Amino acid sequence: MAERILPLIIVGIFQGSVYGLLAMGLSLQYGVCRVLNITHGEFVMLGAVLTFTLSLSGINPLLAPVIIGPLLFGLGFLLQATLFRGLKARAPSPAAFEGNALLAAFGVMYVIQYIARIRWGGRLMPSYYLADIVSFLGMDFVKNQIVTFAIALALGVAVYLFLSRSRMGRAIRATAEDPGTAGLMGVNTNMILAFSFGLGALLAGTAGTLVSMKTAVSTSMGFSNTVIALIVVVLGGLGSVPGSFVAGILIGIVSMLVAGLWEPVLTVPVYYAMLMVLLLVRPTGILGKK
Amino acid sequence: MDITRFISTHRKLLLVGFLVLILIFIITLPLYAAESDVRVLTTVLMYVVLAVSWAIFSGTAGYMSLAPAAFFGLGIYTMALLQKELPFFLIIPIGGLVSFAFALLVGLVTLRLRGIYFAIFTFGLVVFMTEIIQFLETRLWQRHGWQIIPIDSEILLYTIFGLVVVTVLAAYFIRRSRYGLALLSIGGNEEAAEHMGINTTRTKVLIFAISSAFMGAAGVITAPSLVYVNANIAFSLFYSFMPILMAVFGGMGQLYGVIVGALIFGYLEKTLRAQLYSYFMLGFGIILVAVILFLPNGIAGLVPMLQDKLGGVIRRLRKGGQEEPHANT
Amino acid sequence: MRILEGQGVTKYFGGLAAVSNVDFHVDQGEILGLIGPNGAGKTTLFNLISAALPISSGEIRFKGQKLNGLKPHQICQMGVSRTFQETKVFANMPVFQNVLVGAFFGSSNHVSGADAAREASQALEFVGLSAMSATPINDLTLANQKRVEVARALATKPELLLLDELMAGLTPTEVGEAMELVTKIRDTGITIFMVEHVMKAIMGISARVMVLNHGEKIAEGTPQEVVVNETVIEIYLGEEAHAGS
Repeated sequence: MAERILPLIIVGIFQGSVYGLLAMGLSLQYGVCRVLNITHGEFVMLGAVLTFTLSLSGINPLLAPVIIGPLLFGLGFLLQATLFRGLKARAPSPAAFEGNALLAAFGVMYVIQYIARIRWGGRLMPSYYLADIVSFLGMDFVKNQIVTFAIALALGVAVYLFLSRSRMGRAIRATAEDPGTAGLMGVNTNMILAFSFGLGALLAGTAGTLVSMKTAVSTSMGFSNTVIALIVVVLGGLGSVPGSFVAGILIGIVSMLVAGLWEPVLTVPVYYAMLMVLLLVRPTGILGKK
Repeated sequence: MDITRFISTHRKLLLVGFLVLILIFIITLPLYAAESDVRVLTTVLMYVVLAVSWAIFSGTAGYMSLAPAAFFGLGIYTMALLQKELPFFLIIPIGGLVSFAFALLVGLVTLRLRGIYFAIFTFGLVVFMTEIIQFLETRLWQRHGWQIIPIDSEILLYTIFGLVVVTVLAAYFIRRSRYGLALLSIGGNEEAAEHMGINTTRTKVLIFAISSAFMGAAGVITAPSLVYVNANIAFSLFYSFMPILMAVFGGMGQLYGVIVGALIFGYLEKTLRAQLYSYFMLGFGIILVAVILFLPNGIAGLVPMLQDKLGGVIRRLRKGGQEEPHANT
Repeated sequence: MRILEGQGVTKYFGGLAAVSNVDFHVDQGEILGLIGPNGAGKTTLFNLISAALPISSGEIRFKGQKLNGLKPHQICQMGVSRTFQETKVFANMPVFQNVLVGAFFGSSNHVSGADAAREASQALEFVGLSAMSATPINDLTLANQKRVEVARALATKPELLLLDELMAGLTPTEVGEAMELVTKIRDTGITIFMVEHVMKAIMGISARVMVLNHGEKIAEGTPQEVVVNETVIEIYLGEEAHAGS
């Protein structure tokens, strides 16, 4: 039994690190901008599809984030600076803003998804990269799983350090905590909001690149990624960036165990069941703040 | 006598006359229109029921529910399971009851969640139900969906229209009732409402469940026109998003706004969706964003604005050549 | 008789005690003032009484009946009503409907539409806002919005009224008017427990005053007694006295 479980757990950790990266972006966007970005998965899709498209022109997927990252960062930046900022200004209350932002995000989701579909069609794109097997400690792993894990981990740590050590990171955290006071202390909150949103989009796009290396992608893959991000974020605490990463790993492990030991088809309902139970028991997640 | 004054004094009469016209239109449609048109109208009316019943609760209380698809789907499945056992007209209230009971349960469990978490939960619920039912059907019962015995499209039209009337009346009377006021207070400020003697849990759960009953009934009536259903078809999230968009577009503050939104969008959806699917969805997204951004009160919010503008224009036209009195005479 | 009593009332937020072992009582028919620096736990205490927050330990009794475990709407129907520090009016209704809600739901008996409407009108008249019945609530000044809150609370026919910083943000004239309103309410037989920062108001109309600091009760007595209490002066009134309020 142990030989069956250990590889599952390890792959789960590899898989989960990407989920964690995915969720960190969403958590950042909610924590700072108070927008539950349902569009998040579409940024993942864009990252994945663009990576594939670039690879057809000979660009190495590992380099793709260098091009795609700034692009998606800009898109996210713009979204916050125009749409969500406009909504915030017109909303009669923070609760109304969150509701409107959620609906607007659904709208943006459809827009991005269908523009992509019109451009690239709905077909599956074989975007595998580094798909050969390596042996490690007597177990077989796919090379891209290890590589993506390393990248996701590195990025995760980098973002964490950025948020906790750098000056901008402090400004971001202050704005998330209390935008009013942060503004009074000289922080350009609009800039910080847009930057955070852009950063979240960049992380999503990079996660998309990583995902594209492991599985085939298509323009309709966004939604399921949004869902996973959502579950991870709620588990780890809406607004807690380190919590999201940890939760991502957990979900990765759970999904591998369910798929390997029980039924692969049941991974999705299990996610949702976890989400619902979590919402009821502890809506603020494991490491979340209120 | 100018137009605006005519409209306001004879308001009730005009409204009744308008409604009678609609009634005649719907009842006589099958006589001269093609079958496909009848089906379009049936679908449009189904959306009206979904949008209005969604607005009964979510439009007032400030809890955005993404669960309409769950209750609608339950209605479809009720029809699928009972279609051979019971007559159609008996299954309709049963479908409503099933959804009501399920909504009571869901509401009791989740309506203590703060706004956005409630939205996420209801969203998750729909997908969860889809996956679980799909799994149970294929693995345990070796089924792949259900065949629904078709029913005459005329009957479906009249039935859904009947449901529309019931739903709209219910919405109207709930809004004017004590419970409606309580729900409105909850939407205004839930904590204050609780402190003024309102049992917020009971109010929310009850009205949530009532609104869901209509969704379930709509599901029962829609099933025969789908011919074949499975979990993915029955619980499609589209049945949650469309009513919300319609209600938001039309304006949740006013009942007629929701109805107008549903009519416009239902028609567009039915006619455009098949041919230009991607473009339709793209347009859907753009309109959703535009409406949220610029028309938070929906079309209905435009009406008072238009009335003001129209009234102003007419006044100025009448004054015509007369001199305006000076302010500091 | 003591209409409201609290013994050992304590509230923890995580490891921090916002209210710590407070004993207090309010005599029927009096105006009891509650003062203390920001963060002293005054609003928390109100939230414990009205059950907006669950109590960590201790007991609160209204007319001899334990309030622990009851929900806010039940407490309201028993006869305790309140206003809020950040005005919590129903922004989606005009003034009259706001007060109507209180009239409809505030009593434990079934109230007919006509009766509720009548009571709402009376409450509005009492606070002097009858002329604004149909006005959307957002068009009102802060002072008037607070009055609507008071009217709404009065419409629930309370025996005890909790006023949370009624005078915050009011001009000196408005403060004077608010003071008159509060005494007028007391004169109808309703007991009042009020949190206030505006010293002139509290000292002017309260029969007794209670002082909280860091969640603990540090003084209690008539306004004259409290004003000369050394501990109180030290932590609180010292700054106020110099500010010349």
